[in-house]
Amino acid sequence: MIKVENLTKRYAGQPAVQDLNFEVSQGEIMGFLGPNGAGKTTTMRILAGFMPPTSGRATVAGFDVFEQSLQARAHLGYMPENVPLYSDMRVTEYLNYRAALKGVQHRRVAERVGDVKELCGLKEVENKLIGTLSKGYRQRVGLADALLAEPDLLILDEPTIGLDPNQIRQVRELIKNLGMQHTILLSTHILPEVEMTCSRVIIIHKGRIEACDTPDNLLAKIRQAGGVVLEAKVGTDNGAEQLKKIPGVREVVTDGEDDWKRFSLRVESGVDVREEVFRLASARHWVMRELTQRRATLEDVFVELTHPDQV
Amino acid sequence: MRKFYTLLAREVRSYFHSPIAYIVLIFFLIVSGIDFYFQVSFMNQRQVQYTIQEAFFNSVFFWFAFVLTFPLLTMRLFAEEFKLGTIEPLTTVPVHDWQVVLSKFFGALIFYVILWIPTVLYFWIFLKITKQPAAHSGGAYWGSYLMLLLLGMFYLSIGCFTSVLTRNQIIAAIISFCAITLLFFLGLVQFILLDVTSTARDLLGYFSAIEHMGTFSRGIIDTRPIVLYVSMTIVMLTLTYQAFQSRKWRL
Repeated sequence: MIKVENLTKRYAGQPAVQDLNFEVSQGEIMGFLGPNGAGKTTTMRILAGFMPPTSGRATVAGFDVFEQSLQARAHLGYMPENVPLYSDMRVTEYLNYRAALKGVQHRRVAERVGDVKELCGLKEVENKLIGTLSKGYRQRVGLADALLAEPDLLILDEPTIGLDPNQIRQVRELIKNLGMQHTILLSTHILPEVEMTCSRVIIIHKGRIEACDTPDNLLAKIRQAGGVVLEAKVGTDNGAEQLKKIPGVREVVTDGEDDWKRFSLRVESGVDVREEVFRLASARHWVMRELTQRRATLEDVFVELTHPDQV
Repeated sequence: MRKFYTLLAREVRSYFHSPIAYIVLIFFLIVSGIDFYFQVSFMNQRQVQYTIQEAFFNSVFFWFAFVLTFPLLTMRLFAEEFKLGTIEPLTTVPVHDWQVVLSKFFGALIFYVILWIPTVLYFWIFLKITKQPAAHSGGAYWGSYLMLLLLGMFYLSIGCFTSVLTRNQIIAAIISFCAITLLFFLGLVQFILLDVTSTARDLLGYFSAIEHMGTFSRGIIDTRPIVLYVSMTIVMLTLTYQAFQSRKWRL
């Protein structure tokens, strides 16, 4: 559905994205991650036909986004960052206007507009001026707009930014359902969201792709696959020293001033050291009140790839 | 074509969604009303060689209101879209850039025509009350209003161009105001420079909006200004289109 080859975009000579190569196939939900200024919005704008790349090429549904821009645009629904809307129009009026611009057949406009209002929960504000809507509703108008022409591909630039937790959950559910009929490329900062919705993830940093894989594979790949937390009374023992001797433990950080010490163990990936920790504790007569394994999250992957010095 | 009409309808409607439309309409009605009133009372006091219709379209009042309306009508066209970012959803739907440019130009032109409709009433009222025609012939009306349309097209296209250059409406308004005023006063230079050679004065005369209006309001339809204003409008709209597209080739 999307094919990107050696895509480069420079602003005044400064590269915003460099040599991007990736593909998104039909029916995939692709997550697009990266710190602010990594080039996510630039890439999405190029794909949506808002501006051309400096070099390289990108195709949407087989159409070049620059050479055959109109055909490519006809296949996608784009929701820009921060959802710019005409504040002087009413919700239904705006959606009718957008439907006509997108070439939705005249007799189907009312039906489509009704459908997307239903889907995005806009029924109760349909006659309100867009300028008076809250951030959450504006976001939904943007999403409804993207869905109007039943596009094969949805490009959503931070669809959940500025929403409250309930709204985020609703939008996430919506995206998940949409993924059954549409191909979706979405960017976000909220990593648990990506883990829950996306079938594949691209992590982009300083304009380059750092990783492109399924969330599970990404988690397996990183150096520290989570760790173990132990909270115990160790008496006069040097707990950290003892714990470090366990095979697989790479590093131990100790917290806590009173008798109760909290040890955070960093462990090599694929090793479960909890049994060994328990044996050690019982041999040394430590009193334990917590022993948990912390799963690595996409956040760890993200930090490791985009901020290696903080790991 | 449907997409163009959709864009055009939105442009015209957006004028009436904003207070600017009403401010311009009221301001314009007041100034042109006072203008008409003054001309009539002036004619009541002495014998003059011209008709009320000629006087109306050639007074200082008229030109003042005229030149001032264009920046107000055009400043927001593109600048506002750039500022609010609504240009992004607009240019990512399957519409051509020329459709966007033309819809904005014709939207402004339609509003401009609406602005002038009430003035037709003045002449009708004059005719009803004084039982005298306001002009020598019907052609004088056609000439004046044709000239208004031609000048309007040209000045609105200048406004379109300045609006596409910036995301700041005030800057767009100032640039277009300066450009239109300069163009306009270029035609006045011939009255100031009495000692310049006749060719230079003639040349400036060809570009003088006042001169053109003088001719057309007497009912003389000269094709030279028509060609001038239509071609200049096309040039300005082409420049607007190029500047609008610059996001595609600007480095």
